[in-house]
Amino acid sequence: MSDPMAEIRASFFIECEELLESLQDGLQLMDDGDTDPETINIVFRAVHSIKGGAGAFGLDDLVRFAHRFETAMDEVRAGRFHPDGEAIRLFFACADILGDLVRAARDDEQVDDAVTGPVLEKLDKLVGLEEEEEEVLDFTPATLSLDFGDGGGLPDLPDLPDLSALPAADPSEDTLPSLELPADMPAPVAEAAMESTAKGFTVHFKPENALYASGNEPLYLFRALRDLGDISVTCHCGDLPDLDQLDPDTGHLSWNLTVHTEEAEQAVREVFEFVDGLCVLEIKPLTGGGAMVAPAPAPALVVEQAVEIAAPEAAPLAAPQKPQVSTEAAPAPTPKPAPVAKLPVGSDDDTIDAAPKDEKTAPSVPAKATGTPTQPRATVRVDLERIDRLVNLVGELVINQAMLSQSVTEAGLPPNSPVSTGLEEFLQLTRDIQESVMMIRAQPIKSLFQRMGRIVRESSASVGKEVRLYTDGENTEVDKTVIERLADPLTHMIRNAVDHGLESTEKRLESGKSREGHVTLTAQHRSGRIVIEVSDDGAGINRERVKQKAIEKELIPADAQLSDSDIDNLLFLPGFSTAAEISNLSGRGVGMDVVKSSIQALGGRISITSHEGKGTTFSISLPLTLAVLDGMVVRVADETLVVPLNAILETLTLTDDDLKALGPETHVVQIRGGFVPLLDLGAELGYRKPQDSYVGGIVLLIGQEDGNRAALAVDAIEDQRQVVIKGLEGSYGRVPGIAAATILGDGQIALILDPTDLVGQASGRTRVRQPQQALVG
Amino acid sequence: MTDTEKQTDSTSIELLSFRVGGQDYSVDIMSVREIRGSAKATSLPHAPFFVKGVINLRGTVLPIIDLAARLGLQTGEDTERNVIIVVDLGERTAGLMVDAVSDILAIPSEEMQPPPDLAADEARTFVSALTIVDGRMIRILDLEAVMPPQGEEVA
Repeated sequence: MSDPMAEIRASFFIECEELLESLQDGLQLMDDGDTDPETINIVFRAVHSIKGGAGAFGLDDLVRFAHRFETAMDEVRAGRFHPDGEAIRLFFACADILGDLVRAARDDEQVDDAVTGPVLEKLDKLVGLEEEEEEVLDFTPATLSLDFGDGGGLPDLPDLPDLSALPAADPSEDTLPSLELPADMPAPVAEAAMESTAKGFTVHFKPENALYASGNEPLYLFRALRDLGDISVTCHCGDLPDLDQLDPDTGHLSWNLTVHTEEAEQAVREVFEFVDGLCVLEIKPLTGGGAMVAPAPAPALVVEQAVEIAAPEAAPLAAPQKPQVSTEAAPAPTPKPAPVAKLPVGSDDDTIDAAPKDEKTAPSVPAKATGTPTQPRATVRVDLERIDRLVNLVGELVINQAMLSQSVTEAGLPPNSPVSTGLEEFLQLTRDIQESVMMIRAQPIKSLFQRMGRIVRESSASVGKEVRLYTDGENTEVDKTVIERLADPLTHMIRNAVDHGLESTEKRLESGKSREGHVTLTAQHRSGRIVIEVSDDGAGINRERVKQKAIEKELIPADAQLSDSDIDNLLFLPGFSTAAEISNLSGRGVGMDVVKSSIQALGGRISITSHEGKGTTFSISLPLTLAVLDGMVVRVADETLVVPLNAILETLTLTDDDLKALGPETHVVQIRGGFVPLLDLGAELGYRKPQDSYVGGIVLLIGQEDGNRAALAVDAIEDQRQVVIKGLEGSYGRVPGIAAATILGDGQIALILDPTDLVGQASGRTRVRQPQQALVG
Repeated sequence: MTDTEKQTDSTSIELLSFRVGGQDYSVDIMSVREIRGSAKATSLPHAPFFVKGVINLRGTVLPIIDLAARLGLQTGEDTERNVIIVVDLGERTAGLMVDAVSDILAIPSEEMQPPPDLAADEARTFVSALTIVDGRMIRILDLEAVMPPQGEEVA
């Protein structure tokens, strides 16, 4: 595949993600009881566009599945099927599988038919539709793909005439009654729908200005129509005003066409598919051969009115039948279909079957004229790398600016001098730029929440609970990397909530709760951080059992006195799992401790609140971005270091009373009844030998994820500020005890400490529970 | 010195030669990104003895290798006159601290010799080839070997 094609393909998959998102949104709305036709349309269009794009790239699996899904959605849209909760759950499952298929296609993987099969079967059963493999075939030729001849639905081709003759299977019939036609119309229409195979149609076609404005040309439509069979065209120019009143930008012409064709009405309608909603279109079956060609002015008027009323509705209704390349999903290849379309034209009357005839009409219609107006969201896709470079440069600007300020101050210029004021403004601007650049990296957390919707559906199904997920604040913007790295921990937490948090349906009913369990996922900004909460309305943490379990597993001594929140926090201990038996959802040995450490790796904190009988809430607090960090700037052994603020519990000055010796070289700090090992930061990093005495020294009390604490001795605390994080791994490699680096105002690099790692290194040599580490120089 | 532009034929290699620990070394000029004055490096804990630390190179963190120490040569006192040669090696960038940059040389590739097998000097493993220019022996540095090991923890 050539490069441009790969690019188009890539952009198709990006669009697929967007479409899948709106699909999920739409389904969610439907699930919430929204019956707005527009909602259903959104869902339908999303599936349809994916199908169309997939067709263009010859992604047969995807097309096949999307097609069946689309057919089902079409039933819903046409009002023939009213989905209940069960059906919507199935639609959700379909959407999930569709997402899987899209991703599989993108990564060139295969999805097992065993996954799609049962769902499809249910789908067909649900809407009571027979499999319509033929329509799938419509696609294949249109796709420019080369596998027209193989597998697929070719053997089904002969069925096509049957299909069009079968009123029940022909959706076009249904579109017609929903047009508010004059009373005398339906009969001939319905009749003709059945007889249409042998005859032809008269088409009244009156373009609106929008049709021309969007680059369509009636001539092409007529040519496409001609490919269906003999046509005769009559142009009406009666509406033309006098020359002095003529607005050259307005179209005044309308046409009556008669097509003699074997095709179903659908085929004719498809010709006009791309101008749907941009014209007044009336297609009537020819009842008595070509006799009706000349339109009597009066009836024509009636028809026109009727159609005009019905037009907005008709537009989306006709859409499902477009089996062609969806140009909206794959914009770039649109110039290409034209030459390809000629292929079937050349072989018009020979052995090529009906199906190719259908599709060739579409590519000849100019591409962008998809009738449905999509509200353009002005967005630009930018490579993440470029943004990162920008973030880096802005960070550099900030540093530079700080250096400049410093030298201005050193130069002894008065604070109100023009240079100082200018610099002040510069400072303001720099901050604004920095903030804006950071915002570019931010994304709404919605995509993550939608994934969680799926987790809830799947996990609730596998444990046989009825669970509904509520989300709030899904437009909260978070750094992209945070979103990506949050997926795993959040998945685990959601599964936990469904599996452990919520009671079984019977128990819920017993305790007077609703049958359906509720899991709520919220996100919000709170004082410069983002707070994500996962809560359930289950039974709450059974603290007695948690404690029992912890004692059993020897995580705590049997006589430990623990407060409620202490017990709750036991859940985060490695190797802790309360589920009595291992379900296939959670309890795979990956516990909340992993969740906690991955949250902490993101610079976040996690906490639990639980109320007996009312439910449990896990609350995650995260920095808005990974590019900056709140840190405390400290000095030790003439080196400047930054300690992440979220690791510091408190700072204190050591007195003789606090400090207890333990062994020859080890000290512990007594803090409010507890003992905490003392680590000399300078010695731990190998900058200096351990000091003789730490009395009067400053220590930072570090809290670790496992609840252990440590006191880090430093020489001085210099500042507390936001620093821009610069990775060390890329340029040098991992340094034990060091998380990253940053650049301070004076242009010097300062290292950012990884307190957990540092303490871990120290406790590797000793045991934290019996602190007697030998401080090594 | 640095802006010399020499006409070379296709078979010759351009080298940047420099002095370190009293010896002449050189690197392929294509791997040199820039040459800059020395700056105070922030030392890295648990780093190998030859890693002086990291400096800020316009926003990126640049590890500095004290080449004399790396090659096992006599390390002179750190002076302001030390020069840092910033080299690119694939994905990695590092600064080599040297005494002084001397010249840019165009050496025909056939004049390059492999280092003799006799020497068991530590410095030898860092030399990929030798050549003679104006009677001076120029060692061509194997940048790959000079770089601190990456991937595993350098403790």
